[in-house]
Amino acid sequence: MLDAGAQPLVQVTDLKMYFPIHTGLLRRHTGDVKAVDGVSFSINTGETLGLVGESGCGKSTVGRALLRLYEPTAGKVVIDGQDVATLTPEALRKKRPTMQMVFQDPQASLNPRMTVADIIGEPLQEHANLDEQGRLRRIYELMDQVGLNRSFANRYPYAFSGGQRQRIGIARALALNPKFIVCDEPIAALDVSIQAQVVNLLEDLQNRLGLTYLFISHDLSMVRHIADRVAVMYLGRIAELSPRDALYARPLHPYAEALLSAVNEPDPNRARRQRIILKGDVPSPANPPKGCNFCTRCPKVFDLCRQVKPDLVQVEPGRFVACHLYTNSNAGPTGTQAPISDNQQGVSQ
Amino acid sequence: MADLAAPVLDVRGLKTVFHTRAGEVHAVNSVSFSLRPGEVLGVVGESGSGKSVTMMSLLGLLPSPPADVRGGQVLLGGRDLLKISPKELQSVRGAKVGFVFQDPMTSLNPVFTVGNQIMEPLRKHMGMTKAQAADRAVELLELVGIPDARRRLKSYPHQFSGGMRQRVMIAIALACDPDVLIADEPTTALDVTIQAQILELVKELRQKLGMAIIWITHDLGVIAAIADRVMVMYGGQVAEHAPVKELFANPQHPYTRALLRTIPSISGEREARLQVIEGQPPMLTAEPASCPFRARCIHSLDRCAHENPGRHGVDGKPLGTGHDVACFWSPDLMAEGEDA
Repeated sequence: MLDAGAQPLVQVTDLKMYFPIHTGLLRRHTGDVKAVDGVSFSINTGETLGLVGESGCGKSTVGRALLRLYEPTAGKVVIDGQDVATLTPEALRKKRPTMQMVFQDPQASLNPRMTVADIIGEPLQEHANLDEQGRLRRIYELMDQVGLNRSFANRYPYAFSGGQRQRIGIARALALNPKFIVCDEPIAALDVSIQAQVVNLLEDLQNRLGLTYLFISHDLSMVRHIADRVAVMYLGRIAELSPRDALYARPLHPYAEALLSAVNEPDPNRARRQRIILKGDVPSPANPPKGCNFCTRCPKVFDLCRQVKPDLVQVEPGRFVACHLYTNSNAGPTGTQAPISDNQQGVSQ
Repeated sequence: MADLAAPVLDVRGLKTVFHTRAGEVHAVNSVSFSLRPGEVLGVVGESGSGKSVTMMSLLGLLPSPPADVRGGQVLLGGRDLLKISPKELQSVRGAKVGFVFQDPMTSLNPVFTVGNQIMEPLRKHMGMTKAQAADRAVELLELVGIPDARRRLKSYPHQFSGGMRQRVMIAIALACDPDVLIADEPTTALDVTIQAQILELVKELRQKLGMAIIWITHDLGVIAAIADRVMVMYGGQVAEHAPVKELFANPQHPYTRALLRTIPSISGEREARLQVIEGQPPMLTAEPASCPFRARCIHSLDRCAHENPGRHGVDGKPLGTGHDVACFWSPDLMAEGEDA
């Protein structure tokens, strides 16, 4: 997937998405929920970037801000050469066909009063210059592509199972030949035996059509299967961004490490990694802690973490980590913490 | 676990039918299992497999109509719960059997304080005074790891996070020292790091209190982490039942085998392509006269279309104690060259 000359199709720089809090009688602006607070990454053409994290970490907000379903507070989102964050409404409308989305809940994202043909055909009506015949041909073609029987074209969403509904959602996203698709928890609402069907479909389509995915999920095992690189988010920021195999073999950020250790291996006969149980809950994004976002729960926290926000920097080829353990080799952790060298195995600088 | 101890809960041939406008739905068909003191029975299956309906039927939690518990026995402490009066059943729920539901937000009442909701069963079932109940409630909240418990009694559910709410639910279920705790997907709505906290807590509590637990989930990872024995359900029936290590090491039913292969793993070899189970789960409009998994089964035999396979032992132990499976096919039949 990572060809030598691969160009990033999507380049996100310092994306911020704040939701204002208004309180009091006069609805004064008294603060912000910092759902996304300075996120940068890029996705190469044909690549799948996995975006993982727990609920409320801002991963879905990133996906939506990327496609400008929200107006980002700050930052640049360059998709295929154009900064989506600043496009005029008319230019944005013209841009929409290149970037599409598959939503989490196939029940809620399909209009119950529209037939499958209407749902898949709506983007064609809006953006493509096709006559009735051509549109129907395209709808059938799309239904074939996602494995839906053509004879179901005039049925309504309620007549389909969860997995089939998700296929309708995918067909709609594909209608305008997009280059980039944001998949926001596309399998979270499906049963295990159906999840595999949908994931295989997404992979087939990627191979056939050269699609680029941002795959948002909290299912770390599935992300390991589908993603080429993975970004781990915590409280509005990226904690670690690494190639898939490297991350799962040896997570560098303490949060990534704890997150991976919490996943239950579906086999009691296999030796599991040492489980790290994090204490407490995620702080409120309206009032994130000073310094590193993770400092309130981090098992390896030291003084500096409570003062200075760590930047996301490259610590090994292709591996980006926002953690003082890897950047500040002089400031050793205090107290009973392990010496820093232990946490820096294999770090080149 | 205690292999020879008498079961605290013994369910035999349970059948539940729903009457709907489209006809009858046979949600639970002849489900039998038993639970011994101090053990964790994991129940796995996809939505519609009948795992929740089975547990709700035990305790008369299903509204009737449309539900109709048609047959079977549910023996708890020598009494058949299907035969006793609603009033007696009420004293069993809460006092003898605790229930933790999936979604901690919708199963707590938003207009009452958390303290009020924990104290309710204590006052009702144990006849405690308000002060006694409050003291016990504090104890319970501390037991499930909620800091500053005395003050938190006055909080409302919305003031707790998801993981904390689930802890409160567990505290309520534990209030009257039940013999059996039934947990219906208690961690499904929670994040993995919070899920890890709850799993740890339940393991600890079970050790401390020695109660038996039924843990319903669709997540095989959770099963592997917590269960002693596993019951795999499909189409309202028990497809396979085995001790947890045995089930993962030596699955017999084609459904179990397929299920184990569809889930990607977090470690080890990364599969190039996921295995899928083609097709959809069955509509249970009639009592199945054939194997409910037949249409999706890669090993189905002629016989499967005419008979519903009953459970039979795999390892020679009596049914319900060792490894048993409801299938005519067996991995031993698999010829050398057959595609696994």
